[in-house]
Amino acid sequence: MVSPILELTDINKSFGHVQANKNINLKINKGTIHGIIGENGAGKSTLMSIVFGLYQANSGSIKINGKEINLRSPRDSIINGIGMVHQHFMLVENFTVLENIILGFEGETVFGEKLQKAKEDLEKLCKTYNFNIDLDATISDLSVGFRQRVEILKSLYRGAEILILDEPTGVLTPQEVDELFKILRSLKDEGKTIVLITHKLIEIMDLTSEVSVMRQGEMVGHTKTEDTSKEQLAEMMVGRSVLLRVDKKEIKKGETIFKVNNLSVKDDLDVTRVKDVNLEICSGEILGIAGVTGNGQTELLEALSGIRKVESGNIELFGEKISDQNNFLNPRMLKEKGLAHVPEDRQRMGLISDFKAHENLIFGYHDQEPYSKSAILNNKEITEYSNKVMQEYDVRPNSPNLITSNFSGGNQQKIILSRELNENPKVLLVGQPTRGVDIGAIEFIHQRLIDMRDKGAAILLASVELDEILSLSDRIIVMFDGKIVGEKENKNVTDRELGLLMAGVA
Amino acid sequence: MEFLSDIASLINSTLRISTPLVFAAMAGIFAERSGVIDFSLEGKMLMAAFVAAVGSYYLGNPWLGLLLAIIVCVCLSMLHGFASVTHKGDQVVSCVAINILIIGLTTALAAAWFGQAGLTPTLNEDQRFLEIHLPFADALRDIPVIGTLYSDILSGHYVFVYLAYLSVPLVFWIVFKTSFGLRLRAVGENPSAVDTAGINVFTMRYKALAINGVLIAFAGAHLSTAVNANFFREMSAGRGYLALAAMIFGKWHPKTALIACLLFGFTDALQIRLQGVELPAIGEIPVQLIQALPYILTVVLLAGFVGKAIAPNAIGQPYIKER
Repeated sequence: MVSPILELTDINKSFGHVQANKNINLKINKGTIHGIIGENGAGKSTLMSIVFGLYQANSGSIKINGKEINLRSPRDSIINGIGMVHQHFMLVENFTVLENIILGFEGETVFGEKLQKAKEDLEKLCKTYNFNIDLDATISDLSVGFRQRVEILKSLYRGAEILILDEPTGVLTPQEVDELFKILRSLKDEGKTIVLITHKLIEIMDLTSEVSVMRQGEMVGHTKTEDTSKEQLAEMMVGRSVLLRVDKKEIKKGETIFKVNNLSVKDDLDVTRVKDVNLEICSGEILGIAGVTGNGQTELLEALSGIRKVESGNIELFGEKISDQNNFLNPRMLKEKGLAHVPEDRQRMGLISDFKAHENLIFGYHDQEPYSKSAILNNKEITEYSNKVMQEYDVRPNSPNLITSNFSGGNQQKIILSRELNENPKVLLVGQPTRGVDIGAIEFIHQRLIDMRDKGAAILLASVELDEILSLSDRIIVMFDGKIVGEKENKNVTDRELGLLMAGVA
Repeated sequence: MEFLSDIASLINSTLRISTPLVFAAMAGIFAERSGVIDFSLEGKMLMAAFVAAVGSYYLGNPWLGLLLAIIVCVCLSMLHGFASVTHKGDQVVSCVAINILIIGLTTALAAAWFGQAGLTPTLNEDQRFLEIHLPFADALRDIPVIGTLYSDILSGHYVFVYLAYLSVPLVFWIVFKTSFGLRLRAVGENPSAVDTAGINVFTMRYKALAINGVLIAFAGAHLSTAVNANFFREMSAGRGYLALAAMIFGKWHPKTALIACLLFGFTDALQIRLQGVELPAIGEIPVQLIQALPYILTVVLLAGFVGKAIAPNAIGQPYIKER
């Protein structure tokens, strides 16, 4: 048996009344890639921030190579060979790569010899790991993938033996993810120990040899990756079995209720982003829009929901023209006609993050009975309603008075969804419904959308997640460069086929 | 020849008038580069002027007065830090509170100690700083150009004038050539990066504020124990704000901030020079308009040119480590 390089015993940590970590025990073996998986808010990042010395545990002990250490600040951790790549990079944007790396470890009061030596050492390190980083480049000029490499280089330069990565792939393109994984594997071969924090099952299966699962601040299991499966891990994460695929009934298609004719839309910079788009949605149908981010989906959804001007063409709802280049109905009027919108960017458009949950739950309907009467809000009614609806949508924590930004992404999304779905819209426009949402909530959100479809709503779903499009849609259109480049019934369509259309090559 | 000596005296007074601005701008650079807004330069300068004058009067030595002013200003900076760094209060509010406190405090203390609201007794020659005449200044005066430069422009200033201009390269060196400077700039840009590098963000900000307090004390002492021989009410006359504007105009950089300070100093020197002068074709310009020149310039510069100045990224934001 190998002795663990890092051993945590009975770690507890709370923020105010919230206990983020409860009696955590964890052993990480030298030279492994160890995954820590859990939903958003399960306490993974908190735990690793404790190991990195950024937070101090309320109780518990941390041993490195069998020796108990006291981590009062990141400095102690760094000296003990722990490095961490944070989810949001800890880089000074207008500094050079070199300046960022030596920060805090300059080794001299006035820059001189040591700076030269640092530069030479770093160049060697870059060569060893094939990093291809220009040390004199300014961070703000670097791509996200390169910034992440700078973070890794920074940890290595500071002598990290254990490298913790917090959700490293969230901001990367698929190609950058491949590069990162290559780097991590070569680091492992060098004998470094890697801790990978993620909520993506596929990364765990791909990269790690051991995995620990966290749920609601507790460590709920450890296993060798080869002895487990995605389904099993998902169940451990959520605490019940999770459907990774959606069950849906045969389509009961009604008549066409939403129609878009020759629609063109410009963005804020006056560039035409939607070009001559035609589409129809029937009641009881989900139409999926696949496409790489930035191919006009955002502008299309905004125009359809009445928050962006139509350049040419028109939009019909129940055979009635609701928007063309001369006039368009605003979102409120559209709402009254039975069109609801779950925006892509929930932080910016879906919610007012500084408001309390109950305020967001009724926002848009706040001036209607029973929520208000003669322009005065009826708090009792609102609280009652909020309690009910938060239970129904399983919003956690179930506290209507909590500020919305304190909820996790998934729970924020549920708040929006409950608001938009409760009026039983006839047409529902949904953008990226599960972006940044944990798998337990994804399952729930998907089920709600299917329920709406079965109740006869016409749903337009735009998503960059192909899996989501494939598992929910009845019909799929692909957007590329503002145009619809393909339309398929969702029967025996493969993601490869869609991928080619999305890339604009087919 | 008269024209040349006019220019010389204009430059001479520019250097003198810019001195408190330079100290204050350098003080501001330390605070703001560390991410702490310092609107209280004005108040601290006024307090330093008061303490230096009172200290020199009682202790009989202007250097001791200066020392006292430094101690008091560092304390005020720490107060600002306590409110806005440790307790994460609003930085502007904390500064405004300090400014208001000091206007009242100096007036009241002067009234209590000397029986005159906002006025301290006149200092005698031993109790104040005197102009320093550089060696051979008189002998060299008659040499053309070099003599004027040496004797009329460089010589005959108070010690603070020399110190102010020496402080600029020193500040530049500290901010850009030392590890302290690297950390200082980093803490104002991205305190999280500094924290994760194992450096205490709060300690860094307090250190920056301490240096800020030392520098601003020089500005105040210059006003009450060098160019004037006593403290009078509100004698800082907006110079703290002017210096802040110069610092912003100079993009938080010591060299460009110096140029901005000199520009403000120059307009002030010019307005003094222009008072009562008949200009050809225009005639005599109303004195009020001339006196308003430096302030108008401030507004124009700040409104028109500073749009491009990029402040330290984390300025004004208290560092909150745990969520």
